[in-house]
Amino acid sequence: MNEIIIVAGLGILTLLAEIFNFKKLLMPVIIAGLGATLLISILELQGSISNSAMDANVLSMLDFDRFAKCFVILLTVIALFWVLINYNYFLDESSRADHLALILFAMVGGYCMVSYSNFVMLFLGIEILSIPMYVLAGSKKNSLRSNEAALKYFLMGSFATGVFLFGITLIYGTMGSFYVYDVRAKTTATEFALTPMFTVGVVMLISALSFKVSSAPFHFWAPDVYSGAPTSVTSFMATFVKTSAIAAFIRLFYTALPFVPDNFSRIFVVLIVSSLFIGNIIAVFQTNAKRLMAYSSISHVGFMLIAILFFTQATGVKALYFYAAAYSITTLAAFMVIKIVAEQSEGNDNISAFNGLVKRNPLLAGTLTIAMLSMAGIPPLSGFFAKYNMLFIALSQGYFWLVILAILASLVGVYYYFKIVIAIFTGVSVSTSSIQISFAQKIILIILTLLIIGMGLNGWVFEMI
Amino acid sequence: MFPILLLLLPIVSALVLLALPGSISKRVALVGSILSLVMVLYALNTLRFDAASANLVYNQIWLSSLGSNLSFSIDGITMVLLLLTNILMPLIILSTFNREIHKPKAYLTFMLFMQSALVGVFMATDGLVFYIFWELALIPIYFICLFWGGEGRQRITFKFFIYTLLGSLFMLVALIILYQHTTNHSFAISDLYAAGKSMTFEQQAWVFWFFFLAFAIKMPVFPFHTWQPDTYTNAPTQGTMLLSGIMLKMGTYGLIRWLLPMVPEAVSAYSNTVIILSIISVVYASCIAIVQTSFKRLIAYSSIAHVGLICAGIFSYKAEGIQGALVQMFAHGVNVVGLFFVCDIIQRNAGTDTIANLGGIRSVNQRFAFWFLVIMLGSVALPLTNSFVGEFLLLNGIYQYNVWYAAIGGLTIILGAVYMFRSYQAIMLGTTSGNTLMFASLKKSETLVFVFIVFIIMVCGIYPKIILDISALDVLKMIMH
Repeated sequence: MNEIIIVAGLGILTLLAEIFNFKKLLMPVIIAGLGATLLISILELQGSISNSAMDANVLSMLDFDRFAKCFVILLTVIALFWVLINYNYFLDESSRADHLALILFAMVGGYCMVSYSNFVMLFLGIEILSIPMYVLAGSKKNSLRSNEAALKYFLMGSFATGVFLFGITLIYGTMGSFYVYDVRAKTTATEFALTPMFTVGVVMLISALSFKVSSAPFHFWAPDVYSGAPTSVTSFMATFVKTSAIAAFIRLFYTALPFVPDNFSRIFVVLIVSSLFIGNIIAVFQTNAKRLMAYSSISHVGFMLIAILFFTQATGVKALYFYAAAYSITTLAAFMVIKIVAEQSEGNDNISAFNGLVKRNPLLAGTLTIAMLSMAGIPPLSGFFAKYNMLFIALSQGYFWLVILAILASLVGVYYYFKIVIAIFTGVSVSTSSIQISFAQKIILIILTLLIIGMGLNGWVFEMI
Repeated sequence: MFPILLLLLPIVSALVLLALPGSISKRVALVGSILSLVMVLYALNTLRFDAASANLVYNQIWLSSLGSNLSFSIDGITMVLLLLTNILMPLIILSTFNREIHKPKAYLTFMLFMQSALVGVFMATDGLVFYIFWELALIPIYFICLFWGGEGRQRITFKFFIYTLLGSLFMLVALIILYQHTTNHSFAISDLYAAGKSMTFEQQAWVFWFFFLAFAIKMPVFPFHTWQPDTYTNAPTQGTMLLSGIMLKMGTYGLIRWLLPMVPEAVSAYSNTVIILSIISVVYASCIAIVQTSFKRLIAYSSIAHVGLICAGIFSYKAEGIQGALVQMFAHGVNVVGLFFVCDIIQRNAGTDTIANLGGIRSVNQRFAFWFLVIMLGSVALPLTNSFVGEFLLLNGIYQYNVWYAAIGGLTIILGAVYMFRSYQAIMLGTTSGNTLMFASLKKSETLVFVFIVFIIMVCGIYPKIILDISALDVLKMIMH
């Protein structure tokens, strides 16, 4: 709860900064504020700070249990890295305070999505997160594609929200409560029977959340929005938004509807397999790095959804947490390099822009290579352990063919990740000028690379949740 | 103690090499690899006199939540492979001397990392650790082939990568299946053995074929060999030596350590199929080798033939077969590195390895002709050379399994003589052509490589006991269980 208060306060402060004109001080204050949020959330997890009145089931709306606390830490880490990486996104633009405030409010939405204990709060969280993202997707005002992305995202996003709201209503209609633990008590009672109304409600919830996590076949918005939006915003969508959405997704079953994954497992298998194959196969044909990342993220969602299918296993949630962490850190690193390289080549973010990157800047080339190898699932990088955990839980539940399909799909994935690696090392670049990066950027790149390498090698992140 | 030292030494020498100026990096790498060799010889000595020594085992708690620990150990079977790796590494590094290599620092660093990963594969006694090193070995060789390879390398190295990754991912599934049948949720090899034996036949069959796919692609055995000739031909000389001399043995070693004792029922049910595949690859690859016009490709195909026989011998599941496989793995590693070095020298001096465009080298450079002759005799398994012992034992093992298989597999010796002698005749004898007229005399470092290789060929051929003794006890132990 403290985190929500701090970040919302920072957002309001940012809006005031525009009026009272202390914009120069703003960035350091925000970074310090996010650092403090991270510190507090870690202390809360350890139990050094405890405020049970604020944390345990606030007004039957928010419940900061261990799941929520861990995801709040992950989201804060992602946001902190994101702000540090995209420092200059806020310096170049004329309306930087607005953008920063939107990001901070979106963060509040993300926090609500991982800690809700009420369907209404989940809905509010999704909206608080989504509305700033609609605006930010269109924040490159002069670019046609950015405007297109914003409109597309808004139209399809609000449609999904409508479906979601409809689903909640149907569940409320059968259960008589928005409170997740009431719903849980009723659905796990022995006399409970599936009614058509309830089933339709659940399916609508699943569809809407699948849209939010951009799992196939609800993925059509993702490539256009990812490639149209400014790279900084895209990286926020691919990491922070995706992590909150997938956490909200699993929390839905974890708290309210524990019986659903078992009874609706066919729906999930379809979602998983189609995400894996549609994401990976279409990514093969992409020439634009951001579109490629969009399709690759669809395939990673396929992997993450495996955890939802088996969330009742103790390792299911752990595996998802680790996957989300590994995926987000890797994606942040990849987008950081994409952004720097694209800025150097007049906004060209095609794969050909990475040709011969190793000669232009070895550190950028090394980071992107490690990130790609990790996404491809090469041990001992964190991406391998993330996939390993997923395959492991699927096999332990006897989903043998799902595992075989997942393996074949990730082999297809290796193809396009290595397309980038091959371009980096053997491509002939148009421009031979070296790419200069600041000292701070070097430090961030090195930290991210070390995280990608090291996260899997000790079980710390995995055991956290 | 030894395992961790053997793993770290190459990495330390790679780091030292990166810190020092490029002009001496080859020498630093050579010194580092010789240190590793000394360490292995020291470990060999320990193994001889005190096989239960604590120095041969390394255990460190690692990912306890996944049931995996960093555990390595050295026994006789492992020792043969360690010896091979660490004897070949100095020779391979020595073969870069007097050569212009683009970015030598990066090249040698990749090679040393490769050495560390290979040593890890051979020593690992934990399923997940084995898998991780197995994959780690792939990364440096991929980059070596990608940066320093020839025309069309992007496509060829990529095919190689995808092929091997496909195999290893299936192996990962097999390992997970085995893990889930362990009683105490652990990846330790002894627990996996027990788990494998407790499984039903159908489960064993899946595990068997998943493992076999990974190993068969690595070796490679027909019909999984299509990546191999292109990759061998395209890779830089040292890359080819690593691939054929050492990396190929990962597959055969995997059969002995991870497949045979793991799923006994499936092994006895399917070994016939596997031996037939292996015999097919022996005959098929030998026949293709005969019609090759490029000498490097010819050696690549001959390698498939040799490894096919090794695979068949292992699956005969007789002490002779497995001992023969180990000796032959050692012998083939040394010989094939020698042959590729010969090929490298021919290519550098004559500018081509097309057999038809060569000829008469013997009249220009007699010493080179002599070294080539001995290595060639070694690879066609002439008595008193190292391969003879290996192939004899292998055929003996296969003979005990089935006479006909031994008869057809024995063709490898005849066919091998056909393609090796024919190419020797065409390359070294006859009249000189324009390409070979100016064949330079051998450099000191080149002579040194040949002296060592020929020395090993002769010693192991005349007194094979030194290799056989290392693994004899452990092979017997394995067969008995």
